Amino acid sequence: MRKRNLIPILYILFLMLPIYWLVSMSFKTTGEILSGFSMFPETWTFDNYRVIFTDPSWYWGYLNSIFYVSLNTVISITVALPAAYAFSRYSFLGDKQLFFWLLTNRMAPAAVFALPFFQLYSAVGLFDTHLAVALAHCLFNIPLAVWILEGFMGGVPKELDETALVDGYSFPRFFVTIFLPSIKAGVGVAAFFCFMFSWVELLLAKTLTAVAAKPIAATMTKTASSAGYELGLLAAAGTLTIIPGAIVIYFVRNYIAKGFALGRV
Amino acid sequence: MKTLNHKGWYFVLPVVLLVAFNALIPMMTVVNYSVQETFGNNLFFWEGLGWFEKLLHSDRFHAALGRQFMFTGLILLIEVPLGIGIALAMPRTGFWVPVCLVTMALPMLIPWNVVGAMWNIFTLPDIGLLGYLMNTTLGISYDMTQNPFAAWATIITMDVWHWTSLVVLLSYAGLVSIPDAYYQAAKIDGASSWAVFRFIQLPKMKQVLTIAILLRFMDSFNIYTEVFVLTGGGPGNSTTLLSIDLVKIALGQFDLGPAAAMSLIYFAITLLVSWLFYTLMTKDDQK
Repeated sequence: MRKRNLIPILYILFLMLPIYWLVSMSFKTTGEILSGFSMFPETWTFDNYRVIFTDPSWYWGYLNSIFYVSLNTVISITVALPAAYAFSRYSFLGDKQLFFWLLTNRMAPAAVFALPFFQLYSAVGLFDTHLAVALAHCLFNIPLAVWILEGFMGGVPKELDETALVDGYSFPRFFVTIFLPSIKAGVGVAAFFCFMFSWVELLLAKTLTAVAAKPIAATMTKTASSAGYELGLLAAAGTLTIIPGAIVIYFVRNYIAKGFALGRV
Repeated sequence: MKTLNHKGWYFVLPVVLLVAFNALIPMMTVVNYSVQETFGNNLFFWEGLGWFEKLLHSDRFHAALGRQFMFTGLILLIEVPLGIGIALAMPRTGFWVPVCLVTMALPMLIPWNVVGAMWNIFTLPDIGLLGYLMNTTLGISYDMTQNPFAAWATIITMDVWHWTSLVVLLSYAGLVSIPDAYYQAAKIDGASSWAVFRFIQLPKMKQVLTIAILLRFMDSFNIYTEVFVLTGGGPGNSTTLLSIDLVKIALGQFDLGPAAAMSLIYFAITLLVSWLFYTLMTKDDQK
């Protein structure tokens, strides 16, 4: 039994090492980083974080990311809810083909779409807006949300729908006051996954923005170009991008696997 | 079962419109470019299937595609058994379960370019933790910007670090759904732990493993940001995967025709292999 526990412990240690290194570096001065190896910061400094929180070009990166990620989550869940209901309750012409077509969009390499997306969103006048990134991320987040929600809805007995309609509930009222509360966990998990995949994606977000809606992940590339190579600043910015994920993951910890299994465990 | 109701289309209409806007229009643009030649200034000439023909005979494309398949193959060979092993060793109840789940899921929530940057800092020779350990403490010469083998070892380790948890979480979810009665029956029969794994745990994990392998295939085959930030495709071309080569041609050289033809072949391969995996793995269920 003892030996068995060692495997997860070693694995978690392996996962934490690069994260530890990033965090530890964010508290070092650039001079200390470049002068040689040190396991712990010798002189603790908060300067790297101070730069990020006082320089608008830095903290706006975070705000931009949070804006488009939230917008994307709201759009994805709103349109995915009725679609998932239809897939789970009705059979209609072409439903299976449609479902597979949605799946294929999860497979398209983002690299393939980068240039056409730039042209499309420039043509409709949305280039460099939060809405553009939010809509573009719908490409992979809507299919994902539909699958997850459909999986959770499949677990709700059909009798619930029928009873409510017999009791004289109108369909919208039934959907909002009875059906939605019974798949609360599913909505939470789907929202988490939309948040996650929109938060970690960079290629499209970077292609579709220039200044006004630039994501934090793209802001980070400037540490390498403008002022030499400021590793401490880069590390601090990286550390701050981990925090939102760590917070939301805590709330859905028991449902993560079910979400990855698209609601089908 | 499900009621036949074509009104279902009204429910899915918003999804279809939004996804079609994002998928079909760019896809048509790509198809359009793939059969034309341009010299800038919006002048286009019909090229037919010429780009496809050239690409299929080009050594550069073959090499990038080969590297992409090697990367994905190694990833699946390492991450799937490792993930199952870790899931088997994880505790099933108690305080440590949520701790394991949250810490293991953490790498998956880090933006992809931060993952690349983090591993870059981690592996710097002399001042990175791993680079220092290898070079100074262990005395093994390690510099992934110089040595192609070190670069490959680093991108594989990075992806194992980033995504093995996906396999772990899915396998774990499959394992905890097995009722205790199964294990008791196996104990009465005197089954070995291998037999328990082969005939009880593995069949029960099959569905989630299918999803895990599919997701890992699609994502590792399409990987771009992490590897690009970490190695930039180098040293030389040694880690220039297909996606990195594609972006180089499309956005770096602005060769729209060849890039578009390459995109279509790339997408077709992903679709085909995913479909093969999927049918092979779900074939037994339908019997």
